[in-house]
Amino acid sequence: MSVATGPVGRVRGGGALPVAAAVVAVLAVLPLVDVAVPVVLPGAVSSPGALQVLAVGLVFAGLAMSYDVLFGYTGLLSFGHALFFGLAVYGTNLLVGEAGLPYAVAAALAVAGTAICAALLGAVALRARGVAFAMVTLAFVEAFAIFLVTDPLGVTGGDEGLALASAGVPDAFRGVLNLRNTYWLALAFAAVTFVLVRAATASTAGRVWQAIRENEDRVELLGIRPLPCKLLAFVVGATLAAAGGCVHLLVVRGANPHLASADFTLALLVMVVLGGAGRLWGAALGGLVYGLLTLRLPALASSGVLDGLPGPVARVLAEPLFVLGALFVLLVLFAPGGAAGAVDRVSAALGRRPGGGPAGGGAGRGPA
Amino acid sequence: MSTFVLITVTGLGLAGLYFLLAAGLSLIFGLMDVLNLAHGAFFGLGGYAAWLVLDRLDVVAGLGWRFLVAVLVAAATGFTAGALVERLLVARSYGDHLGQVLLTIGLGFALVALLGGSFGYDARPLPQPAWFGATTPLLGARVPNSRLLVLAVAAVLFAALLLFLRRTRHGLVIRAGVENRAMVRALGIDVSRSFTLVFAIGGLLAAVGGALGAVYFNGINPALGTSQLIFAFIVVVIGGLGSVTGTAVAAVLVALVQQLVNYYGAAGVGDIAVVGLLAVVLLARPQGLLGAVAR
Repeated sequence: MSVATGPVGRVRGGGALPVAAAVVAVLAVLPLVDVAVPVVLPGAVSSPGALQVLAVGLVFAGLAMSYDVLFGYTGLLSFGHALFFGLAVYGTNLLVGEAGLPYAVAAALAVAGTAICAALLGAVALRARGVAFAMVTLAFVEAFAIFLVTDPLGVTGGDEGLALASAGVPDAFRGVLNLRNTYWLALAFAAVTFVLVRAATASTAGRVWQAIRENEDRVELLGIRPLPCKLLAFVVGATLAAAGGCVHLLVVRGANPHLASADFTLALLVMVVLGGAGRLWGAALGGLVYGLLTLRLPALASSGVLDGLPGPVARVLAEPLFVLGALFVLLVLFAPGGAAGAVDRVSAALGRRPGGGPAGGGAGRGPA
Repeated sequence: MSTFVLITVTGLGLAGLYFLLAAGLSLIFGLMDVLNLAHGAFFGLGGYAAWLVLDRLDVVAGLGWRFLVAVLVAAATGFTAGALVERLLVARSYGDHLGQVLLTIGLGFALVALLGGSFGYDARPLPQPAWFGATTPLLGARVPNSRLLVLAVAAVLFAALLLFLRRTRHGLVIRAGVENRAMVRALGIDVSRSFTLVFAIGGLLAAVGGALGAVYFNGINPALGTSQLIFAFIVVVIGGLGSVTGTAVAAVLVALVQQLVNYYGAAGVGDIAVVGLLAVVLLARPQGLLGAVAR
């Protein structure tokens, strides 16, 4: 993926924070807007159904940003990111349900535990580089998914997953009518993740991450050991993903083994690439769009758009993953760099950014 | 003892399936550095091609003959699909490994959803010749013939693949390309034709695996290939990327560990034990059992 074209470590787009603040402000007032957006959302924006869809989109946006720390900024092609999300989802729910802890305590413990897990697993997986690293992380997440589904300890609910253990959940996040609070929590998670990742990638460690992405051998020649820096990126990304897991548990009111599967990690990769790897707002946009698409494409299919088509064609087009997969293939072929790459190209064509260069030329530079 | 024999032979049947999936992956990666995440979809294509023939093609009398036709149709489907995917998609981004991985991810999603949309997500049981379900006495155990069949077909294809790689010119170019791609190119040989061939062979092996897998698992569903693909990845890494013999050895090792631990331990623990095995191999020998170079 074509990522930052400027000098390594330069924070791009100085005006990003005001824009981001404006976006957050607009998103924050959405629960008060009583307008129907047909097809995109079920019912009015302020209805619980619509807010839930948007909240899932926002959690995915934050999650995509957390994955961008690894993939977009450090060049680590991990297929195991969903593991940390899933650990926190199940961990929090079990701590609330089985140990009877209040939600906030359970969430904090789950995030801390996930960070420790990430440090241990990362230390093993990062011994391999490139594609071998990808496969090892894939194996880890798959082992966890198998553990969840086969449920040898009888705690994870197998295929069905778990319903939210609501006893320890604060009243503000209970019930359908309070979904607006949960929505704001998801928004807060996405916004905080944006700020934290932005700060992290602009820090000294963040610059080393980007240097590793560009050329790991050269970083080593400069006397910096890449492994601790890569491990730090791995743990930071995992911790943020874990926080997202705690929020997701409240949004969908349950834990599903699919969210800790290799498929979901690949979906994260799709989100980040859709938006543009290594560009934070791109990843956030990709996550939001992906969330809306997966949740709303089935509704679109049944809304009568496909009625004129022959049965088999309509059935295939009604599959959200078919549309997403095909879209993704076209995107990789014709618009590498994702949404952020496209915006860069347009602004370069308009001459707004002299020297910015056409981003996304060559879907390029793999972390392999 | 008889249980042990039964579990072992069942494990060897599974090893055959893993080998069929992993051999293509390993060759594709060895030659082209492409991690083909759509490989599980080839498995699914083969499974459904076989199902269509067995369930719908009434012209061929006798389920035994029809099964033979089914395997051949699956092989042809996989070969064609592999060649098309390489020519139409992967070839467009040579030199961009990440782009190729991303392409195969999107393709894998789309193909599995295509199968799901066309055939539904419930498993489709395969009509099988009665002989498959019967058992053969072996060292005191009564082994289902289908397990032996899967093992035999995989063994024959393993031998054929080795012969092809060692005795033909195409095979020579592929082996040389795995060793040093740039050198082969410098000698004026068109490696991109080998790329297409390797993808097509990988597709063929995976699709035959799908047809046999539908027998082994008593049915085919769209996600079956993807769930097997994970274990195929583990086999590839343990065996050493690019080594066909290493893949075969690792397939047997992984399948036996998985089956034995699943039986004597608890269901699901074997699957996790395999991941543990992978971690051990990576820590002790990062290039895999028979891999030459660490990648």
